[in-house]
Amino acid sequence: MTTIDPTEIFRQEAGELFETLEAALLDLCQRPDDRELVDSAFRALHTIKGSGAMFGFDKVAAFTHEFETAFELVRKGEIKPTQDLISVALAAKDYIRALIEAADSTDAIIGEAILDDLKQFIMPAPEGVGAATVEAPVVTAERAAGWQLHLEFDSHILRNGSSPLDLLDDLCKLGPCFAVPITDAVPLLDELEPEDCYLKWDVTLASDCSSAAIDDVFMFVLDEMKLTISPLAHVDVPAPPLLQETIPDAPPPVPSLSVEPEPVGRHQAAPVERRDEPKRNEERGIATVRVQAERLDELMDRVGELVIAQARLSQLATNGSDLSIKMIAEEIERLAASLRDTTMGARMVPIGSLFGRFRRLVHDLSRDLAKPVDFVTSGEDTELDKTMIECLADPLVHLIRNAIDHGIEDSAMRAAAGKAEQGRIELQAVHSGAQVLVSVRDNGSGLNTARIRAKAEEQGLIAPGAALSDNEIHQFLFHPGFSTAQTVSALSGRGVGMDVVKRTIENMRGSIELATIPGKGTTVTLRLPLTLAIIEGLLIRVGEGRYIIPLSAVEDCVELTPEDQRSRGRNFLNVRGDLVPFLRLREMMDVSGTPDQHQKTIIISTGETRVGLVADQIIGNHQTVIKSLSKLHSDVTIFSGATILGDGTAALILDVTQLVALAQMHSEKQHMSEAA
Amino acid sequence: MTARQQQDAAAGQDELIQVVMIGLGEEKFALDAGLVREIIDPVPFTKVAGAKAFVPSVINVRGNVIPLADMRIRFGMPVTEDSADTRIVVIELNVDNEPMLVGVTADKVYEVTEISRTDVQQTPRVGMHWKPEFIRFITKWREEFVIVPNMERILN
Repeated sequence: MTTIDPTEIFRQEAGELFETLEAALLDLCQRPDDRELVDSAFRALHTIKGSGAMFGFDKVAAFTHEFETAFELVRKGEIKPTQDLISVALAAKDYIRALIEAADSTDAIIGEAILDDLKQFIMPAPEGVGAATVEAPVVTAERAAGWQLHLEFDSHILRNGSSPLDLLDDLCKLGPCFAVPITDAVPLLDELEPEDCYLKWDVTLASDCSSAAIDDVFMFVLDEMKLTISPLAHVDVPAPPLLQETIPDAPPPVPSLSVEPEPVGRHQAAPVERRDEPKRNEERGIATVRVQAERLDELMDRVGELVIAQARLSQLATNGSDLSIKMIAEEIERLAASLRDTTMGARMVPIGSLFGRFRRLVHDLSRDLAKPVDFVTSGEDTELDKTMIECLADPLVHLIRNAIDHGIEDSAMRAAAGKAEQGRIELQAVHSGAQVLVSVRDNGSGLNTARIRAKAEEQGLIAPGAALSDNEIHQFLFHPGFSTAQTVSALSGRGVGMDVVKRTIENMRGSIELATIPGKGTTVTLRLPLTLAIIEGLLIRVGEGRYIIPLSAVEDCVELTPEDQRSRGRNFLNVRGDLVPFLRLREMMDVSGTPDQHQKTIIISTGETRVGLVADQIIGNHQTVIKSLSKLHSDVTIFSGATILGDGTAALILDVTQLVALAQMHSEKQHMSEAA
Repeated sequence: MTARQQQDAAAGQDELIQVVMIGLGEEKFALDAGLVREIIDPVPFTKVAGAKAFVPSVINVRGNVIPLADMRIRFGMPVTEDSADTRIVVIELNVDNEPMLVGVTADKVYEVTEISRTDVQQTPRVGMHWKPEFIRFITKWREEFVIVPNMERILN
């Protein structure tokens, strides 16, 4: 069970590197002069190449090598990273990813085409480099008979697993070299830290290689060392055999009595390696452990079972009279609750990992549709359950596509409306109580209420001239097969989508809201619960059955007064002056017998709609571990799942959105029968 | 037709099948022992309003909420009160390629036994008020006719 496929690890690692690479490339679009970004992209590439070769992904290594070679010129600042070049680089990135994920089904021709494109950009450069030449983008000015190097490593370099001797060996591969260790910094024996590196080296390298080739040797430790390179007109290098001996002999930290003790090495903040990655990573300097997602799921399941068992224990203890058992039960209750919180915390992932993916989407769409778009994200560190993040990807892709395709006008229309040429799309995530709000906002033309209405009438969804609020009209966008796009593009306008988005969000027990200002833009807000696994619920009793209502939906609990139930035709409740329709759960659950004398009404709300649910008794709060219902019950829509109560019986969780929809249908039917 | 039936046909005629013999009403049913996960005493069940008649409720089996099916309804038998012999047979089925646990109420569980295919009777087309697709085949066991049901069909 614990055997881990090493190639799987590579795939995971590569996945992260691709994110870094993509983020760097996209950032380059905006800040083409940022050297850090180029280096960051280059480093990601280099690591993919290296570990790809190590794990036997030869095609990956070969292609990445070509790509890297071509990109070298950008790194040296000889060509500018233009938009077009970045597009090709992104395509190359996709191709490498495809090579890693499905090497066999990926056509090598695509790779060649990408490389040809890359060369197009590179050829016009003054020196003109063939992509096949390896470290050869040679600049004449830098050509020298040899190089004089001075190497000074940070004292902690050995602890990070880098070995200066290995680096010197690599250097030897460039050409004959002569290395002299400088031992000045080696302290007295009693002050010597065996794991620190005190040595410096002066190296004379007899090779006409480029300085970049030397940089490459030290690429991964550049942050942890001082490297001085100066060209030499001519070199006197002792015969190679001698140098071969010199290097292995160069003793690692050796104490020398003649040397003054001197504090060595600047201690830098440890993980320098991640320095160039986007900010969100920079802030997390804490140690992290990679855990397989399934194990987290398993852990959550176990915790869920523990919470259930604990509830049974508590019930037993409350009913009994043994004080010591009560104490233990309370202790376990506390522990189970904190274990649950910790486990849920471990499953939380910042939503930023998801947002990053959309930058590419926006980049490509804005190019394809010729609508310049400024994409702004905020709240990347908002955390959500990892399964929710996975479920959110598709709906958000859809919403962003819609925003660009339908929301943002084309340049001419924007100019006519007096707006900036560049459209703006904001993707935002914020916490709001036990919910997370994710919104996609565009500053486009807003929803065309009249057109939606016309379309709804045309499709026979509403009677012509029916009195509907704008909000009600906008809801038709979520109707299956509803599209107002006049032309069907490859992106949108097929009328599938918004209903799927809505369903996905509702399956996550979330809701979706639309707000639009004509001419100013549209905001789609997704309201999501923090987690899918455990919710706070309100336990109620209807007849003999017990049910859970998600507490986040509960607004109010009131007693059903005799006036309210006086007439059976009038299922409305007066809640502080507002008319609220109510549903009798006894009727919905087919409960026979006489209802309890004091019926309670639980007012639930979704968005703007409020509905009362009439139950026999409100039992109280319940930590609800959600279990899904099997396929055999998938046709029952008013329940979103089940849970297990303290006494071991199953209780069903009411699906609030479905109940509200049902209530609306009921009252509509009533209206109709009244009208008839 | 289904993979299982092909498998049935391909299997040798003298092959013995391990089954769990259960009683439903007046009839005996033989459930493939490979499907059966466990047999438990009746537990309190929770009615699911609006569910299909043959899966009227759910039960908690070791922390899992699973549907409780009543085959008697599928076979048009009267539903009797639970007796001292009533048991729940938990079986595992593949529905749309996903394993699913289902509890099946049995009026009585007899024994785990072997039935032989040599005694397989042609399912009669007439004289039976059960849907033929619910039945894999009918065979003889100790001079009695027993029904080997097609659980996938019954629970779909």
